[in-house]
Amino acid sequence: MEDERDHALPGSEPEAKDNSRRNFLKQSTLLTAIALTPGTAVKAAEMHVDEKIAAAFEKMPIKMEVNGVAHSLSVEPRATLLDILREQLDLTGTKKGCDHGQCGACTVHVDGHRVNSCLTLGVMASGKKITTIEGLAKGDELHPMQEAFLKHDGFQCGYCTPGQIMSAVACIREGHANSETEIREYMSGNICRCGAYPNIVNAIQEVKEGGQAV
Amino acid sequence: MKQFQYSRALTQQSAIEAIAKPGTKIIAGGTNLIDLMKRGVTAPDKLVDINHLPLKNITATKTGLHIGALALNSVVSENSLVLQKQPLLSMALKAGASPQLRNMATVGGNMMQRTRCSYFYDTTMPCNKRAPGTGCGALEGINRMHAIFGTSDQCIAVNPSDMSVGLAALDAVAIIAGKKGERRIPFTEFHRLPGDHPELDNRLAVGEMIVGVEIPDNNFAKNSYYLKVRDRQSYAFALVSVAAALDISNGTIKNARLAMGGVAHKPWRLFDAEKALIGKPATEDSFKMAAQIAMQGAKGYQYNSFKLKLAPATITEALKHAAGLV
Repeated sequence: MEDERDHALPGSEPEAKDNSRRNFLKQSTLLTAIALTPGTAVKAAEMHVDEKIAAAFEKMPIKMEVNGVAHSLSVEPRATLLDILREQLDLTGTKKGCDHGQCGACTVHVDGHRVNSCLTLGVMASGKKITTIEGLAKGDELHPMQEAFLKHDGFQCGYCTPGQIMSAVACIREGHANSETEIREYMSGNICRCGAYPNIVNAIQEVKEGGQAV
Repeated sequence: MKQFQYSRALTQQSAIEAIAKPGTKIIAGGTNLIDLMKRGVTAPDKLVDINHLPLKNITATKTGLHIGALALNSVVSENSLVLQKQPLLSMALKAGASPQLRNMATVGGNMMQRTRCSYFYDTTMPCNKRAPGTGCGALEGINRMHAIFGTSDQCIAVNPSDMSVGLAALDAVAIIAGKKGERRIPFTEFHRLPGDHPELDNRLAVGEMIVGVEIPDNNFAKNSYYLKVRDRQSYAFALVSVAAALDISNGTIKNARLAMGGVAHKPWRLFDAEKALIGKPATEDSFKMAAQIAMQGAKGYQYNSFKLKLAPATITEALKHAAGLV
């Protein structure tokens, strides 16, 4: 056991030998950190391995529910929700377009509200419920908005479509789909370079007028 | 993006202590900050997430409306108190960004957003705001989006916020917290002109944070309008925008508030034009007169001289909308 632990945590020492070092770390380096990030910092302190402190700050534990499934992840603070969804959870339906909040291809719902996942840090989404395009359908039954996009040909290349659909669902839920003008205004955060806008508006209008639950 | 440490502030006190340390920045909505960090325009060592502080409330006070710094732009724009008392603010907010961004962006963060000058964003270009002393790329460059008022030979960038134009027009007050407690700054004095220090956007001192804004009650709700002129119909920064608020009685203007966006390093309040409107009939002629006064001191550059015509036309049109003439 002892060998294994030493192997797993190079440079670590048994707790009994390391009291002074542990206290020093607690009192100096980690003082602010403990005040601000109890979870991570205390965990780092409990591991009482200073080499691990950097790693603890590089990767932080987060929990989030994505499309109804709970996930416990370890992420760098700089990792965006978009990159975590695509690269750690293999949910590649959410697209990376501009990666700067200008195109809307990365739109997802966080606690029911549409946001740009490319400008959302994963650590800030911890504890939240995320819905991506993969979470809209019920099994083989498409969401009414997905059906409407198919029916109205609301896309050509399809790259912006997941973002468009997530935004379109939110647009109706928010009560901002009452006219073509209002739909166009409230869908303005989703750019379609193919120019499928008229068909996208038609799809949204049909779902809105159909009165189905979205 | 450079690695950084992330922490959550659980109390305002701990946030204030944390931001006093060099290399530390607050993150709220992050819509501007993350973008700037991805581009390397800014590279903080530590981010303090303040989203868990209780600064989201919108409440009516005895004298006005108090809006917490963490109230989301989308929430403020649809809040019933805001719509009833200060519809101009709602209009300004809805003219800004996209629905997704407004769902993330906060009032305090909107006040703190940096210019969208392309020379500021491009780290290979000179920019006195991003890297003091390197020069201004826009001065002799592509300056179509740039300022016509209050410029300096160091910087001709504009403040991109619509919300701030509305708040400046409405006599809002910024509430700032620091180690020594709270202080209040008139909104029109929160942002600064570039002068010799374009790296400073505003008068927030190191270790201070915005905790809220207050808008005093007024009689402008019936006759106010936010008009934003841009390259596309929605989701674009202003070429010129105007916040217009009038108090009209029997066809005569009793009081007026005007501010412009897209024309200066700060929301550009038009005090002289406001004064000139008082006592005048609420007609297009009066508005044109005010617009001419508003343009005194304006200076165009190679690619933005069109703003010298666009701005007064936008002022006149916004006032016509506010007065119900359109």
